[in-house]
Amino acid sequence: MIGEFTGHIIEAGHYALVLALALAAAQATAPLWGVRRGDAALMGIAAPAALMQFAMIALSFAALTYAHLASDFSLANVVENSHSAKPLIYKISGVWGNHEGSMLLWVLILVVFGALVAAFSRAMPDDLRAATLAVQGWISGAFILFILLTSNPFARVFPAPIEGRDLNPILQDIGLAIHPPLLYFGYVGFSISYSFAAGALICGRIDAAWARFVRPWTLLAWMFLTLGIAMGSYWAYYTLGWGGFWFWDPVENASLMPWLAGTALLHSATVMEKRGALKVWTIFLAILAFSLSLLGTFLVRSGVLTSVHSFASDPQRGVFILAILVFFIGGSLALFAWRAPQLKPGGIFAPVSREGSLVLNNLLLTASCATVFVGTLYPLALEALTGEKISVGAPFFNLTFGPIFLPILILMPVAQMLAWKRGDLLGAAQRLTLAAAAGFVTALGLGAIHGGPVLSIVGVMIAAYLIVGSFVEIAGRIFARGVSASVALARALGLPRSAWGAAFAHAGMGVTLFGLAATGWGIEEVLAIRAGDNVKAGPYEVRFLDVETKPGPNFRATVARASVTSGGREIAVIEPARRYFPTRQMSTTEAGIVTIGLGQLYVSLSGENADGSLDGRIYWKPWVSLIWIGALFMAFGGLLSLSDRRLRIGVAKRARAPAAVQPAE
Amino acid sequence: MIWVHFAFLTGAAVLAVLWPLMRAPRPSVRQAADRGFYQTAISGIDRDLERGLTTPGDAEAARVEAARRLIASAASAPAQSASRPRLRIAALAAVVLIPALTLGLYYYTGNPDYSDQPLAARLNAPPDGMDVNAALAKIERHLADNPDDARGWEIVAPVYMKLGRADDAAEAFRQQIRLLGPSAQRASAYGEALTYAAGGQVSPAARAAFEAALKEDASWPQARFFLALALEQAGDRPRAIEAFTRLLNDTPADAPWLDIVRERIAKLKGAPEAAPADAPSNQAAAIAAMPAGERDQAIRGMVAGLAARLAQNGGDIEGWLRLVRAYTVLREPDKARAALADARKAMTSDAGAIDKLDMLARELGIGG
Repeated sequence: MIGEFTGHIIEAGHYALVLALALAAAQATAPLWGVRRGDAALMGIAAPAALMQFAMIALSFAALTYAHLASDFSLANVVENSHSAKPLIYKISGVWGNHEGSMLLWVLILVVFGALVAAFSRAMPDDLRAATLAVQGWISGAFILFILLTSNPFARVFPAPIEGRDLNPILQDIGLAIHPPLLYFGYVGFSISYSFAAGALICGRIDAAWARFVRPWTLLAWMFLTLGIAMGSYWAYYTLGWGGFWFWDPVENASLMPWLAGTALLHSATVMEKRGALKVWTIFLAILAFSLSLLGTFLVRSGVLTSVHSFASDPQRGVFILAILVFFIGGSLALFAWRAPQLKPGGIFAPVSREGSLVLNNLLLTASCATVFVGTLYPLALEALTGEKISVGAPFFNLTFGPIFLPILILMPVAQMLAWKRGDLLGAAQRLTLAAAAGFVTALGLGAIHGGPVLSIVGVMIAAYLIVGSFVEIAGRIFARGVSASVALARALGLPRSAWGAAFAHAGMGVTLFGLAATGWGIEEVLAIRAGDNVKAGPYEVRFLDVETKPGPNFRATVARASVTSGGREIAVIEPARRYFPTRQMSTTEAGIVTIGLGQLYVSLSGENADGSLDGRIYWKPWVSLIWIGALFMAFGGLLSLSDRRLRIGVAKRARAPAAVQPAE
Repeated sequence: MIWVHFAFLTGAAVLAVLWPLMRAPRPSVRQAADRGFYQTAISGIDRDLERGLTTPGDAEAARVEAARRLIASAASAPAQSASRPRLRIAALAAVVLIPALTLGLYYYTGNPDYSDQPLAARLNAPPDGMDVNAALAKIERHLADNPDDARGWEIVAPVYMKLGRADDAAEAFRQQIRLLGPSAQRASAYGEALTYAAGGQVSPAARAAFEAALKEDASWPQARFFLALALEQAGDRPRAIEAFTRLLNDTPADAPWLDIVRERIAKLKGAPEAAPADAPSNQAAAIAAMPAGERDQAIRGMVAGLAARLAQNGGDIEGWLRLVRAYTVLREPDKARAALADARKAMTSDAGAIDKLDMLARELGIGG
């Protein structure tokens, strides 16, 4: 034994990781053989292998977490990213605050999904389930191999140093505990949709039932991705210190693209389930959503981009992920090319109908996804080919993404009104009069209070219309003329939860749009701060009480305490700060934020001057919190819809018993 | 022991694959699943009809379509087959390939010889097996929790000075003064640490510390020396000479700093040639002024001289340390190692000297 001690949790975790690769290999091959031969026993390997693989990866992840908690500096990963004085929460989140650990988290979530499919999809046909899990085995196998060969978190150092180099201070934030896991659940969740698509192509079972089985998984991934993106945006907002929340940064775009494709997939899967149409397109979207997730992983992990997300870059890793990307996208498209011609088209449908509007939704979402794709990859490709650096930022996306997304926002409530097969456009428009009126009133009211810019006024108008319009269809079902409150309540509860879910998710989009539009009314002051200064920010006043230096566990903070008042009454005391981390010789900004109503007052310090004053910025951002509250609404809508699906899959299971009487609705 | 655990894990993994192969085959749920799906689909159509999302005619057509699809899916179900030889091949593959693949790859990436090394356990290890850094880290941790433990600060302060961590040393002396009050020794040492931290410049804070030391003991030589140095650095030559001279007059003839004081005086009086021949600063200045090739030659000459002197008289630990360092600087690790071994032999009886050698060896990474 090297080292004075006898425990070997870490090597056990390392061994379990290798063992998980062997299990992935078994899971990837035997069930496919079983599908080919119609052998139930071989197909049966898929589920227990997926469960055991999950157990092994969980053990491995636990071992790495243990190493971080115990400050075991015999691991290179711990030395490079931890410090014994780091607070407990960052010792835990620091496990994935680095390249190796974050890849292990990626794989952990991948096998969590695999295990969930193994455990909860018993109502699925055996062959589809086996093929889906086999494809999942291919994916996890590829990534475990990637970890073991290029990014092993269990690499050791000897002799072990007595202290670590600490975690990047920007990552020492509660955001690191939340944002990556949520985002990965989203990214990786789409691997299930992908595996379902590949499994369906292998088994040749591309039918309405397939759409039903894949939908809850897509919905789950979509919810997590929505929350993950929102959380990342809020984290950037409060930690970068200049009040921005979305920068059209390639890393952000990398998460937005799968979200757009996944949103399209959710909608097209509905058409496939209800009408048996759009089969080829839905399968294609399922492949696309995960391919874009993989692309995002490649962009962030290969070192093509430099950002706080990329950690150490290494060309070998980039090539390996590129190979994974090519294999999975190429493989699925080959399967697609093989099976797609055998599919019968699902029939023609009227342009003005629910399915027609969903097709339009799909076209617009994929087109907007394509603009983000071009805007993200074109500069990279140009730089790789010619060495020329161009910057594609907000102006490009505002001009391309904006106009394509605008019709989606306007048509969302209309589409909810249309019936399947043939809809009544005029009737739908008439029923939306109320929503349109709400939009006008809101725009007039807020325009009178805040004034220009026009874009903000138009934005809140559309937002208010969208929020109200999302519930018009439901309201029409509940409240008919002369209906009592109790009957209305009973009807509200009787509506399918997916209808409620759609309404909430669509309204959430409106809420987010409201917050985005209102940014035009924000106020920004750049100033040098001294104790005793008084600064006016919109309707509020900020008075700086004192500036002092405070010690933290692994940093020293310069804190400017400030009192926020409105009309002479103190509302809150905030403590914006700069933190200096000696181990990394880096400073971070801790913005002082107070939420007043739905707006936020935001104070950040950007530097210290020789004369003792501090450089700072003060923002008043009315309505800004709606940007993220909207995302919560969307995710809540997803959750409602998901709970509905689960019930209905439960029905599918019970339906084997004959004479199950359906209660009258 | 570790292999027992590995074997256990491997067994669990193999069993997960073997178990479904050994189980009695069960009937497929495929048709049941399909029937369940289409039955729910039909009830969904009823619900849509009620919400007005579809017309009665379309609903009827949709019901018929769902029923047609159900029949189609039942007709396309493949026959189930299971064959004994196939299962045997699969079982054999699982038993052989899973352990083989795992052991092969683990052999390549793993470190089965490495135990866990949690920091707390390393710091609690018996002191004889502990290196200086671990011991220091342990005391630092103790002081972080008990900053009022004066004894702890007294232990770490000189260690910091030896390790060249003058900033930390200054802080440790400052804490001692806070807890124990100023003494000539503590105040002077604090000033000295501040001076080293400032790269040899006697800062106002350091000067205040030396003055505080003299308040406790007006004859304290270190404080007087650095205050004189401060005068010199301030450009006040006559008063610096006067201060150094007074210190020289009070210095006993066997004091180790006698030469240094003499040297300062000589330098201030503008007579560097009067300094003792091997005063390092002058020699170093002269060597630095030479052209590169010559300089190398001169340094090698000096090192050879030092080695010869130590070969005859091996009792000078500082000399040995200088020699080992010099060889490392000249990129002659073999000679450095040889010198280290010679020094150990010459110093066998002196435990303190051996410690110094060990520390240097660790610092230079040339094996302890």
